[in-house]
Amino acid sequence: MTTLATTAAASAAEIDKRLVPVPHRVVAVRRDTADTVTIGLAPLEDAPPPFLPGQVDMLYAFGVGEVPISISSDMLLGSQREYTIRRVGPVTRALTDVTVGDRVGVRGPFGVPWPLEDAEGADILVVGGGIGLAPLRSLILQLLDRRNDFGWVSILYGARAPGDILYRSELEQWRGRLDTDVDVTVDAAGAGWHGNVGVVTRLIPRARFEPGRAMAFVCGPEVMMRYTAESLLQRGVPPERIYLSAERNMLCGIGTCGHCQLGPFLVCRHGPVLSWARIGPYVRVREL
Amino acid sequence: MGTPADEARVMGVDGLDALIRALGERGYEVLGPRVRDGAIVYDGIDGAADLPVGWGDEQAPGHYRLSPRDDDACFGYAVGPHSWKRYLLPPRSKVFEAERGAKVFALRSAEMPRKRFAFVGVRPCELAAINIQDHVFLRDTARDVLYASRREDIALVAVQCTEPSGTCFCASMGTGPAATDGFDVALTELLDGHHRFVASAGSELGRELLAAVGAAEAEQADVDRATTVVDEAAQRMGRSLDTEGLAEALYANLEHPRWSEIAERCLGCGNCTLVCPTCFCTAVIDTNDVTGTGALRERVWDSCFTIGFSYIHGGSIRPSLRARYRQWLTHKLATWRDQFGTDGCVGCGRCITWCPVGIDITVEAAALHEPAPAAGAGR
Repeated sequence: MTTLATTAAASAAEIDKRLVPVPHRVVAVRRDTADTVTIGLAPLEDAPPPFLPGQVDMLYAFGVGEVPISISSDMLLGSQREYTIRRVGPVTRALTDVTVGDRVGVRGPFGVPWPLEDAEGADILVVGGGIGLAPLRSLILQLLDRRNDFGWVSILYGARAPGDILYRSELEQWRGRLDTDVDVTVDAAGAGWHGNVGVVTRLIPRARFEPGRAMAFVCGPEVMMRYTAESLLQRGVPPERIYLSAERNMLCGIGTCGHCQLGPFLVCRHGPVLSWARIGPYVRVREL
Repeated sequence: MGTPADEARVMGVDGLDALIRALGERGYEVLGPRVRDGAIVYDGIDGAADLPVGWGDEQAPGHYRLSPRDDDACFGYAVGPHSWKRYLLPPRSKVFEAERGAKVFALRSAEMPRKRFAFVGVRPCELAAINIQDHVFLRDTARDVLYASRREDIALVAVQCTEPSGTCFCASMGTGPAATDGFDVALTELLDGHHRFVASAGSELGRELLAAVGAAEAEQADVDRATTVVDEAAQRMGRSLDTEGLAEALYANLEHPRWSEIAERCLGCGNCTLVCPTCFCTAVIDTNDVTGTGALRERVWDSCFTIGFSYIHGGSIRPSLRARYRQWLTHKLATWRDQFGTDGCVGCGRCITWCPVGIDITVEAAALHEPAPAAGAGR
């Protein structure tokens, strides 16, 4: 009886698409590390809406369930997308066990992307921890594609051990560029590793950027993001120019299931990308 | 919308009966209060005789009892454990079905139910709750088809509140005891002398229904009486909640020691979220049939009091009961505003009544409104 309810009926079909996955075909499978696999998916029917770096798709494994996975491929590749998935539960096990030709359901894209447009002219710091490099890869590919739009570009990456380094050959390729700094560290190393050892925040003091015109994009475990933000603040980067990709339990993707709350934010709708100025006060509260 | 008093009508119990039947004849599935299992619940009704005639309710923290009244009131109670959300957002509903062939699978969405609901006996606090859930599920950017398909074309017969319970606090939340809009018909039950209902229409459907049942024009005395009984109800509210500055205080008091004290009493059962007319959180359940070729996704009510609610790889974000209660209460009274532009609480008192240990949101909110005692420095 209210106008709110009546107009809702008009676009019923459109909503349906947001709740029901579209079947995709697995076109590529690449094992990245012992527990992490990157799969490439292509739509079988209509191409999904375009995405921007930092956005998330819900991937559905038939009859097993659905998980939110950041899109890690280059947005210029169009409807064919890549997802880097770590095996931690039943759904991610099913999704990492696929072979070429299998079907996976996709809904999305959801959420707020990295604010790439606002970063033009800025010194860029990309800080990743562990699998947190996956949501940053689509961003990095754009940064490098439009390299002249930015000042210094630094990619700082920390992994648990040398064997856990994600996208290793790409990191080496990026590091080979003369216009980009790439610094990698591991928490623990054995013989055969001649790189940095220690947490990723230790790379920040020596990174090349002008704090006043820097913009940082951070993704990793929450504790790593917290310490990274603190280090960046210490070097004088303003809190509203430090962006994090928050992680909470996302089920619906459209802000109606209530699971991904982080204080006032519904991470799937207001995030996942949020500035430290906005989420810092909440990320600091334990168990919020 | 709007309901000027000059449009007020009056009818007897036979008129109410005719109204319920008229809704049925117009193709609505008519739902209303009935007595079942020692409580007043919402279910299908065919006429006025199905209503909880002569029953009242007694409510206190952790306490609910039906009590016989010494009159034949049809709506002589406050609210029961059910709310209308069980129809607009069913406890369990199908989202889609999937079928798998050799290496492919096809997906199809659930068919939308098309039956139109008529709710009879909707309290003003419940109208407010429906409006709150509309803000969650019918936003421009994220309309929810399952909710919208049930919500659209609904007929709402509101009943002004004249019997608030001991746990009610709608007057302080600004949601009752009188409803001024958002209904098709609003009734005020008058029990002095001749048992009658003062009725006003809030929509074209409402005017049509009142004309169809032959409700007479109300006399000024009845209109005045209807105003008085509702005003008196506002004075008899069992509780109140001071929302002035509360949201800001809750944001400032996320580490208040009171959270730990509540956690020692709270059982984490989730009753409060299930009886709450605004709590909207749902989970999805994916299942296979025995052959493995058919799969189903259902959406079910969930509660932020379960440990699994906030689960991400590696564990729960809120393993402690302290954090889970804090999530619920701050959501209701603070963060909800930032998310949806409304409060998350209507003051119906269900969470107080149905809490097995009688935790009272009005008492806890008042305690959390105050800064932490000395030990909790820093604010």
